[in-house]
Amino acid sequence: MITKWPKLVPFVVSVLTFVSVLSAEAIAEIRGSGDLGLVVERTDGAVKILETSTNRFLSRVEGLGDLSHASVVYSRDQRYAFVFGRDGGLTRVDMLKGEISQRILQAGNSIGGAISQDGRLVAVSNYTPGGVRVFDSETLELIADIPATYNDGQSSKVVGLVDAPGNRFVFSLWDAGEIWIADMSAPNAPEVTRFQNVGVNPYDALITSDGRYYIAGLFGEDGLALLDLWHPEQGVRRIIPGYGKGSQKLPVYKMPHLEGWAIAGNHAFVPAVGAHQVLVIDMNSWSEAGRIEVKGQPIFVMAQPDGRRIWVNFALPDNDTIQVIDTESLEVIASIQPGTGVLHMEFEPRGEEVWMSVRDLNQVQIYNTQNIEQIATLPASKPSGIFFTARAHRTGL
Amino acid sequence: MNTRLRLYGLAASLFIAPAWCTDIDPDRERYLTNLVIHDCGSCHGTRLNGGLGPPLTTHALEKYTVEWIELVILNGQNGTAMPPWRDLLSTNDAAWLARALKSGEIE
Repeated sequence: MITKWPKLVPFVVSVLTFVSVLSAEAIAEIRGSGDLGLVVERTDGAVKILETSTNRFLSRVEGLGDLSHASVVYSRDQRYAFVFGRDGGLTRVDMLKGEISQRILQAGNSIGGAISQDGRLVAVSNYTPGGVRVFDSETLELIADIPATYNDGQSSKVVGLVDAPGNRFVFSLWDAGEIWIADMSAPNAPEVTRFQNVGVNPYDALITSDGRYYIAGLFGEDGLALLDLWHPEQGVRRIIPGYGKGSQKLPVYKMPHLEGWAIAGNHAFVPAVGAHQVLVIDMNSWSEAGRIEVKGQPIFVMAQPDGRRIWVNFALPDNDTIQVIDTESLEVIASIQPGTGVLHMEFEPRGEEVWMSVRDLNQVQIYNTQNIEQIATLPASKPSGIFFTARAHRTGL
Repeated sequence: MNTRLRLYGLAASLFIAPAWCTDIDPDRERYLTNLVIHDCGSCHGTRLNGGLGPPLTTHALEKYTVEWIELVILNGQNGTAMPPWRDLLSTNDAAWLARALKSGEIE
């Protein structure tokens, strides 16, 4: 009897190994995706899938084409990322498998996209040809084509595309100076409402997180264009009309972004165009409530999820710096220099850490938002946008 | 007289420009190449195929002279989003960039 035991040992060990491999695979298969995200490596046409619970990369996905200015939205189950490339590529990435599930070239040159309230439609805004195309989020089949034609046949570049309640998409026409609402209640036959003469060259836009206000920045003139989606019949009105008046604007080396809506109390914070300032807007009166002097021309002005602080990055030649603003005192409380080319920031959903891409150092740096100290550095090739799956459940992101 | 002097000046600078271009520091070349791809690229595309700004491929630049491109880099273009870069770039830089873009050296 006793002499037989040693013969059994290899068998027992192999069974145990088999069981543990199985359970490891099973665990991998049923893991959640709420703590995942991706970093765009734009010159490689690749994305790195990351995990924020342990601050590491899980995998890298290649073959996404030209990712200049790429942006990302997520399916409502937080499993799939829709990556919008400059070359008109729309790529659906499986975050759990770390691979491309589908990829199409839907236009010649595009700028961004959005996912509908019901999660079934993905819309892409295009430069060439101008307009918006809408796809089935499961199959990436074309559902609707909305050409942005104006002045009897000219085609406009489209910017600032967001989703809005009521399964609508809202976007701005750079060349035409218009804002359009596309109601997708009947996905094959979008009902478009046009607002004309909203201002010269809307360059980007945002929607408040409640989905009520759509605000477009104007490159060609002072002020912002505001559309109240609860009352579209009131039309688009201009806010902050005196902004920038009487001051010589600086050359704008990079277009600011209006993604996200930095709000604290009644104040909203937006980047000034052509000035070293962050503009504070009183959201009750939609008038200017102040200007905060900062180091350079702001690109992203982003609020921590708790609204306590605003983090700002800058255009050249100050693109090595991040400044942090206290939203109570409206003062800059910290300046840090992560390195040249701090292109984007993304807060973890509850705001305890912020990730930032530092292009020229080929790094993603992670900071503790309480003490503004760097806690980790991860390698990434020319990183640009960082997008977490938590965006899946936020209107406008 | 003034006009003629200015013309001579212009002619002289155009004549001298190519010599400056070849003299540019290799480190500066790398810096400028990175700038074109990543910073100009935010409007013109990191592959220079265009975006909010027009494409800067050799094909797209065929109709412009090197001198014209250099001037646009330095002075920007009124009525468009193209800013003047003269506060950040020297005339040498702009001359090198214009030639490199036109010849397809940066692509």
